[in-house]
Amino acid sequence: MLAFTEHRGQVLRLPWENIDTDQIIPARYLHRPRDAGYGEQLFHDLRFTPDGSLRVGFPLNDPTKAESSILVAGRNFGCGSSREHAVWALLDYGFRVVIAPDFGDIFFNNSLKNGLLAIRMDEQSIESLMQEGGDSTILTVDLFRQSIINRDGVSLEFDIDSYRKEALLKGESEVQMTFRLLDEIKEFEARHITENPWIETP
Amino acid sequence: MGRTLFDKIWESHVITERDDGTALLFIDRHLVHDATAQAFDQLKAEGKKVRRPDLTFGMADHYIATHHDPERDPVHDDMVTTLAENARDQNIMSFGAGDERQGIVHVAGPELGLTLPGTLLVCGDSHTSTHGALGALAFGIGTSEVAHVLATQTLWQKRPRSMHIRIDGELGPYVTAKDLILTIISTIGANGGAGHVIEYSGKVIDQLSIESRLTLCNMSIEAGARAGMIAPDETTFAYLKGKPFAPQGENFERAVSVWRNLTSDADAQHDAEITIEARAIAPTVTWGNSPETALPVTDHVPTLEEIDVNKREQYSATIEYMGLEPGEKLTSLVVDRVFIGSCTNSRLEDLREAAKIAKLGKAKVPTVVVPGSQQVRRQAEQEGLHEIFLQAGFEWREPGCSMCVAMNGDSVPDGARCASTSNRNFAGRQGPGSRTHLMSPAMAAAAAITGHLTDVRELEGIKC
Repeated sequence: MLAFTEHRGQVLRLPWENIDTDQIIPARYLHRPRDAGYGEQLFHDLRFTPDGSLRVGFPLNDPTKAESSILVAGRNFGCGSSREHAVWALLDYGFRVVIAPDFGDIFFNNSLKNGLLAIRMDEQSIESLMQEGGDSTILTVDLFRQSIINRDGVSLEFDIDSYRKEALLKGESEVQMTFRLLDEIKEFEARHITENPWIETP
Repeated sequence: MGRTLFDKIWESHVITERDDGTALLFIDRHLVHDATAQAFDQLKAEGKKVRRPDLTFGMADHYIATHHDPERDPVHDDMVTTLAENARDQNIMSFGAGDERQGIVHVAGPELGLTLPGTLLVCGDSHTSTHGALGALAFGIGTSEVAHVLATQTLWQKRPRSMHIRIDGELGPYVTAKDLILTIISTIGANGGAGHVIEYSGKVIDQLSIESRLTLCNMSIEAGARAGMIAPDETTFAYLKGKPFAPQGENFERAVSVWRNLTSDADAQHDAEITIEARAIAPTVTWGNSPETALPVTDHVPTLEEIDVNKREQYSATIEYMGLEPGEKLTSLVVDRVFIGSCTNSRLEDLREAAKIAKLGKAKVPTVVVPGSQQVRRQAEQEGLHEIFLQAGFEWREPGCSMCVAMNGDSVPDGARCASTSNRNFAGRQGPGSRTHLMSPAMAAAAAITGHLTDVRELEGIKC
């Protein structure tokens, strides 16, 4: 997994509610292998018209915002389909942080497993960071200190589970971490299946 | 203090717990489908094999063809083949193209008895919440999590909170589990269940068939919930008896005696309590691009003033995308397509309800019926339902996810309005520019024969 320690970048605001993962990346692109990259497909049908030209008014199409790497979104961002491609598309485009009042649960999990830092923060706190620099705000996100700092030095703390924080800082594969617990897993498994034999045998 | 149904299943699967409350859970059933190829790539990159191939089952559904299409993209067949190859390499039993047990994973899984009460079931698809209808804890996971389950048969999860939704009263004529869940979503919102597992109970639930319970739990994710679940009862046990992957004979009786304990204790506390009055529910349709935009079909497209202040910013974009006039009656909306299918509403009961209405007329617009599984297709044909559909001018197809997610080439054209029994009305969900209205199978069939959204109770020949 891509490690996350500290990131400084430009903010893109997308303050709509319920942006589902079908909007983040349409289903027709999901068959591509991971290494093909998904950056071009990010927000595809919101960014492009059917003939492939840029859709006027979509925030990411503003040339001054194209280099953004911190997305500030509305309530329930990433709801809907479990497709991890939504996270890959954001990462491949260049986003490293998504801040929203809340997220689709599966999207939230997927983000943190790929080094895209998803931060839950209420609207008021987000606004307090935005006030000075407006839309072009540059923020610094420091995972170790769990803080977001704007150019005026206004700083806000955010919550993250200690286990997820540790994994992100190290960029370590969860599978390898879990394998260190294999003996414990096997012991549980043997007892669990003895108690519920129908799991294994019809 | 007593424990909830969710507490009981969660706690019986915790292998170990971290200080921050994240638990390592044992996974009893892992279902994989043909849109999971990248997870197998991740597994290989980790240098691992599937740890419990005997607890892992494959199903081709997202990319599978539902009819002969000369313009079909060969990439779609490649995805179906890739699942078969990965399954063979990893020694996983998989139900692919041509298998008589194939179907949409959330339709075929329960009907094969792969879904059992008290088990923890996961699948790389958000509608995995469906399986909770049988008293399982079941939720959708992402690709990295699929790879983790393949490699370890375990999953790290933060414990969700529990929400109890009690449904009082009874459902009126032509008011179904679909209308009930759409009403629940519009009541609590598309993120009303976020971070929660919902347990449904009450007289209405007791009387629902398993197929209707599957429809209800299926769309729990559209309220943002991790999972939906219903305590197993005699209806559940009768449904499971004799299913090929359910315990057999004495083992079944032994299992049932354990499963009977899977109820929330009388003194159990849920983190949230909601009550819904079923008598107030009419046949329901959505008008916008989130399932929370559900309204009684007797209502009208909301005007700006009728919209919650926080949602007004998106309102005009939705109205434009959906091609609506504020204030127009929902029943005046003319449809271009009808889709009857998906993991929400493609089971035998759904097809029977649709066929009852199809008998009353002829399709005015292209109408497609996609059964949820080969078994559903066979049973429907034995009952002659396919002939009713064909006589009404509906298309009768092979099972798969089809036009719900539009990944296999089946899609709604740009700008076309579709009455659909599926679960998501997101912009572009059924194809770029598609305009989806969600509803029950009977309501979709009614739209097919009238050419516009219709209150099925008002159709000539219907007795309510």
